[in-house]
Amino acid sequence: MRKTTRKAWALAAGVTSVALLATACSGNAGGDDDETAGGDITLTVATFNEFGYTDEMFARYEEENPGVTIEQKRAATADEARENLNSRLAAGSGTSDIEAVEVDWLPELMQFPDYFEDLSSPDVEGRWLDWKVAQATTEDGKLVGYGTDIGPQGIAYRADLFEAAGLPADREAVAELFGGDSATWEQFFEVGKQYSEGSGGKAFFDSAGAIYQGIINQEEFPYETEDGTVTAVSDGRVKEIYEQVVQASVEDGLSAHYSQWSEDWTNSFQNDGFAVMLAPGWMLGVIEGNAAGVEGWDLADVFPGGAGNWGGSFLTVPSQGANVEEAKKLAAWLTAPEQQIEAFNNKGTFPSQIEAQESEDIQSATNAFFNDAPVGQILSNRSQGVVVPFKGPNYFTIQQAIGNALTEVDVNGADPAAQWETVVGVVEGLG
Amino acid sequence: MATSTRPPRMRRPAQDPSRAPRRVGFSQTLSRWDVKVSPYLYISPFFLLFGLTGLFPLLYTAYVSVFDWHLLGGQGDFVGFENFAFVFNEPNFWKGLRNTFSIFALSTIPQLMVAVVLAAILDANLRAKTFWRMGVLVPYVVAPVAVALIFGKVFADQSGVANAVLALVGIDPIGWHAQPLPSHIAIATMVNFRWTGYNTLILLAAMQAVPRDLYEAAVIDGAGRVRQFFSITIPQLRPTIIFVVITSTIGGLQIFDEPRMFDQLGQGGPGRQWMTVTMYVYELAFGSQKSFGRAAAVAWVLFIIIVAIGVLNFWLTQRIASDSSATAKARKKVAR
Repeated sequence: MRKTTRKAWALAAGVTSVALLATACSGNAGGDDDETAGGDITLTVATFNEFGYTDEMFARYEEENPGVTIEQKRAATADEARENLNSRLAAGSGTSDIEAVEVDWLPELMQFPDYFEDLSSPDVEGRWLDWKVAQATTEDGKLVGYGTDIGPQGIAYRADLFEAAGLPADREAVAELFGGDSATWEQFFEVGKQYSEGSGGKAFFDSAGAIYQGIINQEEFPYETEDGTVTAVSDGRVKEIYEQVVQASVEDGLSAHYSQWSEDWTNSFQNDGFAVMLAPGWMLGVIEGNAAGVEGWDLADVFPGGAGNWGGSFLTVPSQGANVEEAKKLAAWLTAPEQQIEAFNNKGTFPSQIEAQESEDIQSATNAFFNDAPVGQILSNRSQGVVVPFKGPNYFTIQQAIGNALTEVDVNGADPAAQWETVVGVVEGLG
Repeated sequence: MATSTRPPRMRRPAQDPSRAPRRVGFSQTLSRWDVKVSPYLYISPFFLLFGLTGLFPLLYTAYVSVFDWHLLGGQGDFVGFENFAFVFNEPNFWKGLRNTFSIFALSTIPQLMVAVVLAAILDANLRAKTFWRMGVLVPYVVAPVAVALIFGKVFADQSGVANAVLALVGIDPIGWHAQPLPSHIAIATMVNFRWTGYNTLILLAAMQAVPRDLYEAAVIDGAGRVRQFFSITIPQLRPTIIFVVITSTIGGLQIFDEPRMFDQLGQGGPGRQWMTVTMYVYELAFGSQKSFGRAAAVAWVLFIIIVAIGVLNFWLTQRIASDSSATAKARKKVAR
């Protein structure tokens, strides 16, 4: 009897000490939050793919701002980042102090601006291109995100394959070949046919989905009007583009029939799968990575159908964070022209900051992998006259549905008409 | 046979009316409570935990499923069974159901058959037994993401190892990501790779518990290895097989990781060739619709399906098991 009691006491003591330890730990954590003014804080920055932010940049900021430690969390894809952010916003906790958001799914979040801090401040006024700021500003003037990069596109091509097919290989000549300043998609597909004939039926571009992206990003109101009416199906324009892309990819056989980012697509860079790609700034890094060791890539200063922007991101500060003021400061610093120039040099993410775009650094930047092409100059030429598509809350869903349909048709050989019906079904089921 | 398993009924002594009921002291009441209540207190942690982590989410999901509920916008209007109606009208839901059952059948059935055979082999007197036994568990330790990465390379449509091997044999390349059935086979391969070893070890543990004298007797009677396996090992494993079948069923119907990692987009294919029901739940809740209500409705449908299949499974395995004993009995009768 005596023994069991002693055991019970020992157990009780053990439990209590564990409990005490636990509370002691949480006590410490609580203390951290209170000392935001002078104490040590950790800021987390969640990004995806490549933003071009390096550990050295963060180390420099930490040095300039004693007491701040930065932790970068990187998701592999924008989709993954989107799901992470959405579920944590819904849960009410767990977001990073700074969250990167891609322009395609920013509109979904803009419906709930209360989840984010208002970032507008006189310090950053006039820093970005007007349309970049407009994308992240709510109707009542709240700035939800600071712009990072934008995606003006040129045409990346394989000079060696062009030459073998009897086409010009020189950068300027290729730009002329596509039509120079008055380049059109018809002309682009025409060159594709010439290449196909000259090369004995080889594929011209990588994927139908990519070409579709290029065309749809030039439409002012691709799927919805500003008052929220969905016009993706009723307006014949989207179907027209869809059919044009299907015609070129499947019937004319210009596509290499890959789904972008798939295993086959990645591998195809190593075995001359195709000759051209639409290339926004951030894609240059991707091509270089996938095509390591392949020589002949170049970038032409031309784009069919006028200028086009593909992608680009923002840094937001979710309101649930513990250190929103410090986070705002860091977000402003990361999106300042100097840092964005550095990011461009690291990973080719083309800045959305006016000052950065005009800087000597960008204008004189060349890329050795792309045969020393003056990429900075080319991309800033390509950013002139970008028409910014209106992207409403349903943009992402419709875009995904059409992307799936094109993959089915282009890669898996499905029937284009039936796939279009699937898109119609998705659009009708919205809401 | 007139045997009864019921315990003989204890008759309580009739109360003697002449005896006045005794007053009971508090300490005695306490000890009576102790006897009555304590056992429930001792097992209560299980029920509390079950209520918190099992029952509450289940019921709350049912509650959510009858509301318009947006991921970020929160609870909306009461809509009754509208969410269920929506889901039943969605072709993607039915595709998900088809894929789930197909992947489930392609993985669970061969997996358990192989597991039983492997367990029987490992149960035999091998050299370096522990090495082999640990060996079967190695795939289980590999993270699903890593498995998906490896098999993603194997099952790439054009540049994959699987198609390269098929080409050697003279078979046309298969579009692993293009058609439903090949994609299900590829995913089932990943699942089998991971889980066969796990089930093998459970079955092996059960086999070790089979009394050895049964085998000795069988050997004396002249039974071969195969005969011993079917007439002793399998019947003796009955409860374990039921357990393994039911857990595999639950796991198989909730399959998520492998199909989600099967391509870079994680939607289950452009035409939803390999999207499972769980992936559909995820897509409804966190995808473009962000509708918790509809996701909850699908989750409940899935729950009911799993319960139904579980009951069916139990009934089937019970039957198979009792069938064998019934035939044994019948045989005995004939012999007499």
